[in-house]
Order: sequence, then C-alpha cells, then structure tokens
Amino acid sequence: MNDMTHKGLGLATQTAKISASGVQVHYGTNHALKDVDVTILDRTVTAFIGPSGCGKSTFLRCLNRMNDTVASCRVSGQILLEGEDIYDRRVDPVQLRAKVGMVFQKPNPFPKSIYDNVAYGPKIHGMTRNKAELDAIVEASLRKAALWGEVKDRLDATGTGLSGGQQQRLCIARAIATSPEVLLMDEPCSALDPIATAQVEELIDELRHQFSVVIVTHSMQQAARVSQKTAFFHLGNLVEFGETGDIFTNPKDPRTEAYITGRIG
Amino acid sequence: MSVFLLLVVIAVLSVAGYVLCRQRALKSVDGNIRRLHSLPGYYGWFGFILASVPALLALALWLIIQPIVIERQLSGFFPAEMVEDPSARTLLFADVRRVAAGLDAAVAQGAMTEDEAEQVRTDAGSVRDRLAAVGVALGAEVTPEVLAAAQEYREMARVGVIGRAILTLILSVAGLVFAIRATGPDFRARNRVEQVVLALLILSSTIAILTTVGIVLSMLTESLRFFTMYPAADFFFNLTWSPNFRGNSELGLIPLLWGTLYISLISMLVSVPIGLFAAIYLAEYASNRVRSVVKPLIEVIAGIPTVVFGLFALVTVGPFLRDYFAQPFGFGNSGSSVMTAGIVIGILNIPFISSLADDIINAVPQSMRDGSLGLGATKSETIKKVVLPAALPGIMGAVLMAASRAIGETMIVTMGAGAAARLDLNPFEAMTTITVKIVSQLTGDTEFNSPETLVAFALGMSLFVITLGLNILALWIVRKYREQYE
Repeated sequence: MNDMTHKGLGLATQTAKISASGVQVHYGTNHALKDVDVTILDRTVTAFIGPSGCGKSTFLRCLNRMNDTVASCRVSGQILLEGEDIYDRRVDPVQLRAKVGMVFQKPNPFPKSIYDNVAYGPKIHGMTRNKAELDAIVEASLRKAALWGEVKDRLDATGTGLSGGQQQRLCIARAIATSPEVLLMDEPCSALDPIATAQVEELIDELRHQFSVVIVTHSMQQAARVSQKTAFFHLGNLVEFGETGDIFTNPKDPRTEAYITGRIG
Repeated sequence: MSVFLLLVVIAVLSVAGYVLCRQRALKSVDGNIRRLHSLPGYYGWFGFILASVPALLALALWLIIQPIVIERQLSGFFPAEMVEDPSARTLLFADVRRVAAGLDAAVAQGAMTEDEAEQVRTDAGSVRDRLAAVGVALGAEVTPEVLAAAQEYREMARVGVIGRAILTLILSVAGLVFAIRATGPDFRARNRVEQVVLALLILSSTIAILTTVGIVLSMLTESLRFFTMYPAADFFFNLTWSPNFRGNSELGLIPLLWGTLYISLISMLVSVPIGLFAAIYLAEYASNRVRSVVKPLIEVIAGIPTVVFGLFALVTVGPFLRDYFAQPFGFGNSGSSVMTAGIVIGILNIPFISSLADDIINAVPQSMRDGSLGLGATKSETIKKVVLPAALPGIMGAVLMAASRAIGETMIVTMGAGAAARLDLNPFEAMTTITVKIVSQLTGDTEFNSPETLVAFALGMSLFVITLGLNILALWIVRKYREQYE
C-alpha cells in the first residue's frame, strides 16, 4: 500500500495519514462497498466522486466509525490511522472521532448559542483549563472557518438563526475546534447557494495547510477546484484513484471517462 | 310533528338536495364533467348542506328559546313573591311541566278527553288522583295556579310544535330550491363547500374554549356566593379544616393545600426520574425488539383504573411502609400516609411521562446526534447535552401533565392518604387533599346553600388557579430555556 503514497508527483515529502486496504461494507445483505484501497495523505484534500449510491459516503463514514451507529452495518478490512488499525478492539471510537472530525451534508448546528456550538467539543474533551483558553479556541476556530467577522458581536445568538452558508461554516468551526487530524466532509456544499459554496471551498483550501481533508462531492467542478487527489467510486467499487489533474484530464478507466464526460451517473 | 320526525324529513330533503343538485350540474354541461367548475359531488354536497344546516340551526335555536319564552309568559299566572326566588321558581316550573306531561299522558291513555284536559279545574275532583290513575305521580295536591299554568303550557307547547315544524321545513325547502337554482357550470361549489368545512372547524375549536369559560364562570359565581357567607381571609389563611354541618365550621384552605402539594411533590419525585430514564433508555439505547415489548408493557399501567391503584395503596404499599419504615424509625403508625399516596400516584404517572418523553426524544432529528457523535462525544454526553435540551419543551409539557394529574387525583388519595386534614411535615402521617374534600363536602344529602357545601366550589376554584399557575410557570420556563431545532 505504501508505495502508492510515493507514486504521486512531488508528493514524496507527504506522509500517509490514513491508509485503507480491502475495506468491505455490508448493510444487512446489501454489499455496499467492495474491496476498497485508498491512501489519504497528510495536508492534502482528497475528493471522493461518483454517482449517488456508489458508496463514497459509506466509505467516508467508515473513516471515523460513524457507521457504528447504524445497527445493520458491518465493516471488514483494514483502515490504519497513522499506522494504527481504527477497527481494533482497543480503539475507542469516541476518541477516534475527536481525531477525525466530520462535517455533514446538511448544516446541523446544535440549538445552542454560536459560542456553545464551537465550545462543545473542547468542553467534552476537557481541552481547556479556564474560560480564557476556551474563548481563545472558540475565536481561533471561528476565524479559521472565516466566520469570526460575521458573528463576533453576537456569539450568544442561537446557531440555528444563521443563514445556511453561515451555519455550515459554524459546523466546520465546531469540527476544527477539537483540533482533529483529519476532517471528513460529506457533501458540505450541497445545501448551499453558489456564494456560500465559494466561501466554503475557499475555506477548504485554507484548511489544507493544517489538516488532511476528505470531501465527498457530487460536483466534479468542485472536486477539480479544491482537491489534489480524487477517488472515483462506482457501484461500490473504487474504480480509479490518483492525482485530480490526471483523473479529469487523462482517466485510465473507461467508466471514469464516461462519468466525467456525463455519460453515466 | 315530533323532533324525530322533523329530523327524518330534513334528512330526506337533504339527500334529495344532494341528488338533485348533482344531476342538475351534470345536465347543465351534458355530462361533460370537465366543463364544470367543481366535481359533481361538490354540487351535491352544496345542495345537501343548504337543505340541512339552516333548518337544523333554526330547530336547535327554537328548542333552546321556546322554554324560556314559555316560562316568561307563565310567570303571569303566579303572584310575584312566588317567582322571585330563583330556586323556588325552578321548582315551581318543574311542577308545571310535570302536571302538563300528566295531562298529556291522561289524554293519550283515554282517561281524559282533550276538552276535559283543557277545561278541568281543581274543584272538579282531585286532579292528583286522576293523574295518579294513569301513572303520573305528583308530590302534592295541584294548586289552581299550577293547573291553569300547566293548561296554558300545553297550549303554548302545541303552538310551538307547529311553529317549529313550519319554520324548519320552510328553511329546508328554501335552501334546497336556492341550491338547485344556483347550480350551474360556473358556480364555485367546491369553494362554498370548503367554506362550510372551515366554519365547522372554527365552531369545534370555539366549543372547547366556551366550555372552559363556562366552567370557570359557574365555579366563580358559586365561589362568590360562598365568600358572602364565609370570610375570604378565614378561608385562605385559617390553619384548621373542620367542617361542621350544624354551623361554626372552620374552613381553612391551608391544610388541604399543603396535603395536595406534599403528595404531588412526592409523586413527582417518583415519576419524573423513573419516567424520564425509562424514556431515555427506550428511545436511545433499547433495540427495536426490546422496545416493541417494553413500551406496550409500560403503557399497560396507564390503562389500570385509579381505583385499582387505590386498592394497591390501601392493602400493599400502606401497610408495607408502616411496618418497615414508619414504625421502626418512629415516624408513627398510620397505615395511610402522604408517602403511600405519593408513591402510588407516582407509579401511575410513570407511563405518562415515559411514553410522551419517548415520542419527544424520538422527534429530535438524527442529524443532531450525528453532529455530536462526530465531534467525539459519547452517547451519554450526546443525550445530556444535545438531545435532552432540544427535547426540553416537550418533556416539560409531559411533566406538567403528570403534575396536573397528581394534583387532581382523588381516588388514590382517599384510599392511600386518608381523609384527615392535617398540617404536618411527617410524610408517614395521614393527610388529605383538596379534591378529596371537594368530594366529601358534596356527597350525601346536601343543599347548595350552606358554606359547608359551597366551599367545594371555592376549593375547586383554588385548584383551577393552582394548575393554571403551573401551566404559566411551565410556559415561562420553556420559553426561557428552549433550544429549538429547525
């Protein structure tokens, strides 16, 4: 697997953050994901593309074991986060999720104040010793999420009162407040208008300098704009994985070519 | 024409309205439904409504107003002092109606001719005996005034019957004719029918409100009457409750209020934690199989009549608490106690709270839980910090419902806590509540003219004010702490 990491051009300096091999997912009798091998690099944006129902969200949810909350879901294969198997018995999924944060398709701020939304993670993980430190984390996270300027005067206002784009950036701020190592984003822009989408995409590019970001998207333009690596899923199979530029300009698999030119999907 | 017959005729006319209007609508477009503004059925229903609703409303109004008019007319037959007092007046007219009904029965059985019934006087033999012969028992000999009034009553009632038949039939037929004439391809029957449905919906909601207003007003008037006989300051601040039907009662609210609140408090201490925890387990942790078995089982409790709970309190919980807690620890030796009633009411309320709270917790969107779990929160943290705050308004409502039930519960208190009004802190002592005393003041052969009976209304009013205050408090709490999703 590791040789794949070094296959890319000029990426030799970047290390593998997550490497998955032979991942299979079943929902009851439905075989949703078949034998997937993917390596997520540190400080890189990796995009998962593919038609609806192809398994890309399922795979994303394997990476922080959110699939554990679905009763009928079974995962097999190996997923290593910095060399440690996350499906190992000794790994606590709760602590794993603090390291691998997640932003969902629909903005889901808690019905609490903006401040409490961002402070939620740091509080439950005991990351701060006093109010001043917590304030600092909240401000830093909101700044990173490019939301500080818009909400700094109304941190006590409820998070659900923000606009859709602001809500999604609040959710991103909430996710990065726990200082995760990887940020998973499940179609983060699908409920947003073009302007909010542009803001979030800009943000993703910023976040690349600190985290490794995995984004599931329906929009191929978005994948091309924000990602360095792209994986194409089709009917539960990982069809092609490589440099984003290669996937879009020089796809190796005929199915990839058919999808990006709009013939399937 | 009897009311039943009238209703049958109106029903026939209404059905005719449906059929005729529908046919006319179809005919007006030669069977091409697409040229009609509404579906044919709507024209039919419009005819049905116009033939029935105005006639039925008129009939209902007539039935309400006729007795009032007759009573006013008949007042002239009696000396003014006999009809001044409202309760004597009610009794008097009850007599008049009974004699009139007796005369009707006599005519129907052939014991009297119609003329005789109209002409008969008290001096021509005892009317009471003659009516007794046809099976109408009267309490006392019929006075000339009552007999004359009864004869006049029969006359007016006969006119009334004819009048109401004519009025309702005219209205019904007129509505039918109007509907048939209005029917045509351009007539917006659908909109008209929907207006009627809307009116029906508004009427239903108004009835619920008016009933409440009516209850409050009737309690208020009786309570005011009580306060003219018994000083309000004594009622609210006297620390003793000892009614005495020979007079000189001490009717202090405080001991009853204390008992009510004490028992409710204990019951809430039992039902809120258990109910809420059961709901959290069912909604968040239990597998579908466990849930499908446990939830109905818990709800079975809700179906048990409270009197059965009362028995449970009386023969099981009460003696158990007395033998194992009260006596060994020196809290007294009363079988019935605040603790007994409180615990049993608490058990009664568990399914209410758990079932309602379960539904409310389930209504919190899954995305809230995912968001919290995705941040590395445990399931329990997610429930405490995200799910429960979001469900708080609904849970508050459930708790409040349980509180109202606890405050209003009567049977379990009677059997579990006894009927002794007492002001005491010891929860193993017998005490009683407002509701129990309302019942005991009104049972038996009583008249509503002494403070000992009228106090029941003042007690009821106090209870109403307490629950109203609880509701307002809960609304305020919910508004203050609400965390609304979406």
